[in-house]
Amino acid sequence: METAGGTGLDLRRVAGRWSLRTAGHAGRFAYFLLDMVRSLAEWRIWVPRTFEQAILVGYGSIFIVLLIAGFAGAVTSLQTGYQFSNQFPKYIAGGIITESVILELGPVLTGLILAGRIGARYAAELGTMRVTEQIDALESLGRSPMSHLLLPRCLAGMLVIPALVMFANATGFGVGWFAAKSSLGITNADFIYGARFFFRSFDLWYSVIKSFFFASAVVLIPCYIGYNTQQGAEGVGRATTDAVVSASIAILLLDVVLTQILLTGTQ
Amino acid sequence: MIDLKDVSKRFVDHVVLDHIDFHVADGQTVALLGPSGVGKSVLLKHIIGLIIPDAGLVSVDGLNVASLKRKDLAQLRTRIGYVFQNGALFDSMDVKENIRLGITNEELYSDAGYCESRVKECLRLVNLQPEVAAKFPSELSGGMRKRVGIARAIAGKPKYLLYDEPTSGLDPVNSDVIDGLVERLQEELGVTSVVVTHDVRGAFRVADKIALLWQAKIRAVGTPEEIVASKDSAVQQFLERDLEMALIQSESTDGSDV
Repeated sequence: METAGGTGLDLRRVAGRWSLRTAGHAGRFAYFLLDMVRSLAEWRIWVPRTFEQAILVGYGSIFIVLLIAGFAGAVTSLQTGYQFSNQFPKYIAGGIITESVILELGPVLTGLILAGRIGARYAAELGTMRVTEQIDALESLGRSPMSHLLLPRCLAGMLVIPALVMFANATGFGVGWFAAKSSLGITNADFIYGARFFFRSFDLWYSVIKSFFFASAVVLIPCYIGYNTQQGAEGVGRATTDAVVSASIAILLLDVVLTQILLTGTQ
Repeated sequence: MIDLKDVSKRFVDHVVLDHIDFHVADGQTVALLGPSGVGKSVLLKHIIGLIIPDAGLVSVDGLNVASLKRKDLAQLRTRIGYVFQNGALFDSMDVKENIRLGITNEELYSDAGYCESRVKECLRLVNLQPEVAAKFPSELSGGMRKRVGIARAIAGKPKYLLYDEPTSGLDPVNSDVIDGLVERLQEELGVTSVVVTHDVRGAFRVADKIALLWQAKIRAVGTPEEIVASKDSAVQQFLERDLEMALIQSESTDGSDV
């Protein structure tokens, strides 16, 4: 009886602590966003730094994004061939590859890879700055860490990531087309016909909207976690891991929610 | 004028500051002594508003630091130079940019000519060559990093200078150099300073007034002579411990020279 009662009490304690911690994070995250919005007025500070960050993040990420998009396009093409050859007209492959890349693979794979690349970078940078008192130093000089560090990073990510997703879509489409020609023997005319037959202009908007939400998850969550890092080098390591895991989970959740809201409603 | 009245601060269950009263008059240099981990840096961070007290009042120039709005707090901070324990230099920027960030007046900060000459002037004040300006923090020794931290803190011509353990982690020779620098800056710039340290010799060299933080309370305050003459057991214990440390240090320095 004692054990059962003790376990019950422990579970309540764990649930209570978890709820308090979650509520604490929610409050701090809301305040973090509010502070960021208030710092928009200091545009002389964040505008030049945003461009620096955008160039840094954009150039640094384009190779890995295009590489993954290319492979995703090729694999989609090969699998389409494996599953549908001799069952459907070949032009359908054009539609499946194009829609798969634009609606799902381009935004999601790019989001996940950038959660690892940009998210980890931001969390580690800000975490290190926090534990080495560089953020305190900035504040002690009467300067806002929001406009100097956080706003430029977040806005740069939100600008660059949707653009990277569009490049990823184009690359996935191009490589998928090439792979379809090589492996399925589909003609250019059939591929284009299939792609156009299933394509709706909203699909591209959907991809842009999704990529914008994913970009927000990729930059805001790691920046928040990095900014609130504690306890030295171990804390920086933990913050970096937490940032990547949380941003990735947020992307997957957003993917489901946005698909439900944007695609189900348009059918 | 810096004034802390009845200030208390606790982190979870640990009481760091317990009803502290601490006063620094304009033009004074006050050393805050105490063993490591006693809460000296926490007290210093209250003055600049990096930490908010649980109870009590922290005021600088008559302004209640804890209740200031963002803009007013930023404005107040431009009058205070803060020297961090490990320098806290921005490692992605060179020394010049680090010091330039210390120029808190936005108009002057945008004036490239002024910034160039001010960086050189600050480097001269902390006994560093102008060539150091192009180096990155990772290329500097511990002592140089501390001096660049001081240069950044004085770049905005502050009224107050707060030093957080300016000699920690330095050998006795470099500690002496930094103490000399603190003393000289006080004379040349006429700033009001608070020096947090656990180095008794350094504190006696630079301070007009010494306060001993002991077990979350200010245990003694007075001129260096008054502190030496104090009959308080905690004060005597702390001074003797430092004397022993100084002897051990000098013996090990002698030994390493052989």
